[in-house]
Amino acid sequence: MKKLAIKVNLITGRSIQQGVSMEGGKEKPAYTAACGIIELDPAEFKRLGTYRNTNVRVTSEYGSVIVKAVEATQGPHPGVAYIPMGPWANMVINPNTYSTGMPTFKGTPVEVEIAKNGQVLDSLDLVRKACRGEVV
Amino acid sequence: MTKTVTDVVCPFCGTLCDDLEVVVSDDGKQLLEVYNACAIGAEKFLHSQAEDRLTRPRLQQEDGSWKDVTYDEAIEYTAQMLASSTKPLMYGWSSTNCEAQGVGSEIGEITGAVMDNTATVCHGTSLIAVQDIGIPHCTLGEVKNRADRVVFWGCNPAHAHPRHMSRYSIFPRGFFTGKGHKGRKVIVIDPRKTDTANVADVHLQIEQGRDYELLDALRVAFKGLPLPDVVAGIPKEQIYEAAEVLKSGRFVIIFFGMGVTQSLGKNHNIDEAIAVTRDLNEYTKAAIMPMRGHYNVTGSGAVWGWQFGFPFAVDLSRGFARYNPGETTSNDLLRRGEVDSVFVLGSDPGAHFPFSSVKKISELPSVCIDPHQTPTTAVCKLHVPVAFVGVEIGGCAYRMDNVPIETRKVVEAPEGMMTDEEFLEKVLVRIKEIKGE
Repeated sequence: MKKLAIKVNLITGRSIQQGVSMEGGKEKPAYTAACGIIELDPAEFKRLGTYRNTNVRVTSEYGSVIVKAVEATQGPHPGVAYIPMGPWANMVINPNTYSTGMPTFKGTPVEVEIAKNGQVLDSLDLVRKACRGEVV
Repeated sequence: MTKTVTDVVCPFCGTLCDDLEVVVSDDGKQLLEVYNACAIGAEKFLHSQAEDRLTRPRLQQEDGSWKDVTYDEAIEYTAQMLASSTKPLMYGWSSTNCEAQGVGSEIGEITGAVMDNTATVCHGTSLIAVQDIGIPHCTLGEVKNRADRVVFWGCNPAHAHPRHMSRYSIFPRGFFTGKGHKGRKVIVIDPRKTDTANVADVHLQIEQGRDYELLDALRVAFKGLPLPDVVAGIPKEQIYEAAEVLKSGRFVIIFFGMGVTQSLGKNHNIDEAIAVTRDLNEYTKAAIMPMRGHYNVTGSGAVWGWQFGFPFAVDLSRGFARYNPGETTSNDLLRRGEVDSVFVLGSDPGAHFPFSSVKKISELPSVCIDPHQTPTTAVCKLHVPVAFVGVEIGGCAYRMDNVPIETRKVVEAPEGMMTDEEFLEKVLVRIKEIKGE
């Protein structure tokens, strides 16, 4: 059976938890808890058919990453998903700069599917393993 | 007995709050408490005291393990890497003081490096727009004392610049703004109902990536000309209303952030935002200001502007300064494989660059100067921990409105730790020796 995937428009940005945990140490679990997430609207959870706090795989044309799906804290924003800025978001955002130098961090079409057994890696591990080609 | 240091400057965001109070131990070696700071600023000060903090440079081995090295060895490694590179990328420069940026620029000149700062993934597109059509600017002091119409476009200071609203933009009572927030009208334009939008009078929940259209619609509405029924997801009535609110103000300030600079359209979005500000000046006084992120990204732009004529993406590899965003910007250089080593100071591209660029860094000879362990240090060959600027060493930093503020030293760095500037100066001396200058 084909897995159910929903399509959303991904944006990234700062959250205060991202800022605090970043200054507290990016190797710590608090940073993963703050940034290894995707904020979705309640309607999106219904479409996906899953509970809050489930791990999901987010995939775009540019990459894929496993994060935890949580309910949007600054919503509602139907059709828009939010991953706080950090290595998790950067696995999937559109890196093209279109001759401006600026990667397109906001507005990447992504697919979200349930990945209950997927593990959310910590930031150092994620980047290290991805560089070695150990995560897909 | 403890001592309280007052008027401490916070080295986190571009708001550069200068009213912090920090309690330190009698011998000045331990930082105990932080007052007046936001959650992020307080964490930055307190994290400098972490017991697991690294205090010596370390070299990554083939198997991924780390070997401690001395500062002298780290200086030699860095100097050799930069001196032997044809076109090194020297990136970061935003979480350090202007003094270190000055020394770094000299190294860049001698080694023919490309110098780029975090504006490249932040307000680089704003800088391009400013070069296109100029900018009606003001200081945060003027905002506090005069602004009665405040616009936050694609930015969320409640999270990214937590004390901005209370110190300058919404809540403070100023000379001509005696009623504080009651005398101000706040408009937020954001695709999410952010915590900033919750304290605004008007929230226009724009369709993501349609900023240019809405900015253009505002210019039409100022002139009272006809609009389509809906623009960028906003009904035209709301746009006319917002235009009236802005025109009726005595002083309009537009703050803008990553929502406009990183969405498609990029520098053209900012062109249009500046054009809105220019148009508003036909009816009232208006100014526009980028919400700069790092506490001294503005400073690195100022230092390079003064030294090379360009605020970011400065290519010195031909012996003179060239600037061409899209070509001489970090992510383009990395993805196209046009640099042969990477030196990072005062930033974390490992966490904040697209992964395709991070992978390239991991494949190149690389040095990272950073007090923290970060995804960048995880993929770099050499990691040099240094003293925290603004906590363990002072120095000049530029606030988001281009006002220079001298940061303060409040505690001693752990014994034997170097500062950014000391490390760079030694690297510079060594590179001169290697190059025979």
